[in-house]
Amino acid sequence: MAASDYLTLTESEAAFLKAAADTVIPADALSPAASDCGVIDFIDCELAGSYGEGARLYRDGPIAKGKPEHGYQLGLTPREFFRRGIAAAEIWTQARFGMDFSALSDAQRQTAFTDIESGKAVFDNFDAREFFEALLAIVMEGFFADPYYGGNRDMAGWKMIGYPGLPADYQAAMEKFRGKRYPHKPRSIGDYT
Amino acid sequence: MTQRLKSVDAVIIGVGWSGSILARELTKAGMKVVGLERGKMRTPENDFALPFIRDELKYAVRQELILDPSLETLTLRHAPDEAALPLRRFGAFMPGMGLGGAGTIWNGMTWRFTPFDHQLRSRIATRYGHEAIAEELTIADWAMSYDELEPYYERFEQLCGTSGKAGNLQGRLIEGGNIFEGARQAEYPNPPLTPSHGGELFAAAAKRLGYHPYPTPSANLSQEYRNPEGAVLNPTIFCGHCDRFGCATNSKASPNSTILPVLLGDPLFELRTDSWVTEILHDKTARKVTGVRYIDTVSGAEYEQPADIVLLCAYPFSNTKLLLLSRIGEGYDPATGRGAVGKNYCYQVTGNLQVFFADEEINPFMATGANAMNIDDFNGDNFDHTGLGFFGGALIFASPVHGRPIMGRLTPPGTPRWGRAWKEATAKWYNHAFTIHASGANFAQRHNYLDLDPTYRDKLGRPLIRMTYNFHDNDRKLSAFTTAKAVEIAQAMNPTILGTPMPRRGNFNVVPYQSTHNTGGTIMGADPKTSVVNRYLQSWHADNLFVIGASTFPQNPAHPPTGAVGALSYWAADAIINRYLKSPGPLA
Repeated sequence: MAASDYLTLTESEAAFLKAAADTVIPADALSPAASDCGVIDFIDCELAGSYGEGARLYRDGPIAKGKPEHGYQLGLTPREFFRRGIAAAEIWTQARFGMDFSALSDAQRQTAFTDIESGKAVFDNFDAREFFEALLAIVMEGFFADPYYGGNRDMAGWKMIGYPGLPADYQAAMEKFRGKRYPHKPRSIGDYT
Repeated sequence: MTQRLKSVDAVIIGVGWSGSILARELTKAGMKVVGLERGKMRTPENDFALPFIRDELKYAVRQELILDPSLETLTLRHAPDEAALPLRRFGAFMPGMGLGGAGTIWNGMTWRFTPFDHQLRSRIATRYGHEAIAEELTIADWAMSYDELEPYYERFEQLCGTSGKAGNLQGRLIEGGNIFEGARQAEYPNPPLTPSHGGELFAAAAKRLGYHPYPTPSANLSQEYRNPEGAVLNPTIFCGHCDRFGCATNSKASPNSTILPVLLGDPLFELRTDSWVTEILHDKTARKVTGVRYIDTVSGAEYEQPADIVLLCAYPFSNTKLLLLSRIGEGYDPATGRGAVGKNYCYQVTGNLQVFFADEEINPFMATGANAMNIDDFNGDNFDHTGLGFFGGALIFASPVHGRPIMGRLTPPGTPRWGRAWKEATAKWYNHAFTIHASGANFAQRHNYLDLDPTYRDKLGRPLIRMTYNFHDNDRKLSAFTTAKAVEIAQAMNPTILGTPMPRRGNFNVVPYQSTHNTGGTIMGADPKTSVVNRYLQSWHADNLFVIGASTFPQNPAHPPTGAVGALSYWAADAIINRYLKSPGPLA
């Protein structure tokens, strides 16, 4: 078996995440696709690190199903959550389309996501919508967090929206650029270290 | 084995705004004070420095400076007949942890409460009749008037260097300030900040409608300022990293920037971080407390710190929990109405909507946490409530508070949340939108309270606080009414697209951020049966125990709480030094 290129993701998990992240953030004139901006590496690092291991997450039992207003109520760390969620998503995709998520066409991926997001898709023993929300969140984090974390490569996410990043000193700009577009290229933590 | 330490004059539990102010005032009076802080040491130069403080993922999303829920969280149920479940992550609110507490990571809005807020029940009864107040509303007057607290509000503003504009100076109303505020003896220490473009759009529309916009009283400073402690604060650079962050430029007033630099150099003060208080030691017969028990979370060693005076200065959940665990006073029972500890827990009833302007460059990243334009025309009792079916109101305000890209991207209603259409809308509207907020008062309700959870435990094995809480009739009507007013102003701004109005509906939800304004649980009052502390914030059950903070608010007004927390801290310090030390015993 070939060694994985990743810290914690398996090759098949990474293939799912690449297809999924690139469905959320496809390549177009505004930016490269999520995976080309390092989003899969970002997710791998996050899930391999303290966040993935459940840092800052209260995990004591008893575990019980709450209302949606109770928020996250599983005993899983984020790493475990994504492992099971991806597996459940792949089983559903196989049953629905007869192939892995990464083998789907663009149109099929969009159909799949629409069904999962809306709650039409039901995964076996896993909350499809909860998985989708977590997936959407971590992809956005990877696209918009400081490039320090491996995603948002070349500040593609910041350039797409016009976020100037660091050092964020706007004392003079408040008046100078009132109602005007701020013209400066973004900078990140790496530009100051 | 518990090691018993040498007694001190006073021990402080929690070194945030209240703890820092009390420690400074008591040491100035010559007392030997120990401050116990369960979080880590934090200094601006070591912990909030550039460039690494500009890390949205670490601080805002992963919540580095927020209380770690794996150490301690709380549980929620919406009504007493439901089972409570733990908040496994913080979402709706962000309790602080570490030296400076929530005072380190706040936005810096530094309001005073109004004369109406201080006499809520009696003023409503006078205008609308006692019978107009629903039986479920357990609202109460404060134990001191606005006029009594006024000098202490001013002291806190001087400490922070609050930047703002008076609207009522010694009874004289001043246009451009908040004409609905209580009379101030002095102008703010610093002039208001340069308004944001979004704030100006809002203010112009509000003015056209006949309302009275004014700038946020801000602890983000408009100019360099030396406070009475000698600490120098810098003008804000509008970096858009206030809430959830420490300030890299010392331009946001926090305990860390205004008072701790002096306090930490004072030989009469000893700070012990990583020191988690587990119990206040109570001698029931003597009606005194004798000190506290705490655990050094680094070594695991347990200590007893005897003290002549104990000051409970933690966040409302911890203040309530320590009294319940230490069996000081009687826990509140909503079935009988008996007991006061845990009673009148309140939150904030927030509504909002977004506005989108195709032709306006908003630059949301040029922002501070406390630089909105605001109106009080629909706050408190500044409008007639006859026939409305609710009391109280909201602060309505607008400005970007940040444009941080993970959490601050607005798109018009109907935009997909992923894919090409999402990208196009995000790129198009990021710089062209902001939010109008209606931050509403939350009136105390018989079935909203705090007690100890029977099932879930914290890292030390103690019960979590169980919050029984939901929005009720007064809250939902208030939110619908005030959000509708925000919509009218939004329409008058003539935006390209009006967002979906979001008044507070349905159950309290712990997931989306709403506000970190949690109040009550150890409320002040004139009657030991229905309150936990008297007007000097002194426990009814032990005259050398003082409880300070938003936990003493009888209910939560619409304005943010920190100005009042600071004022009450100076008020209590004054009572301890000038009344209690001269004649130890019950002050009321």
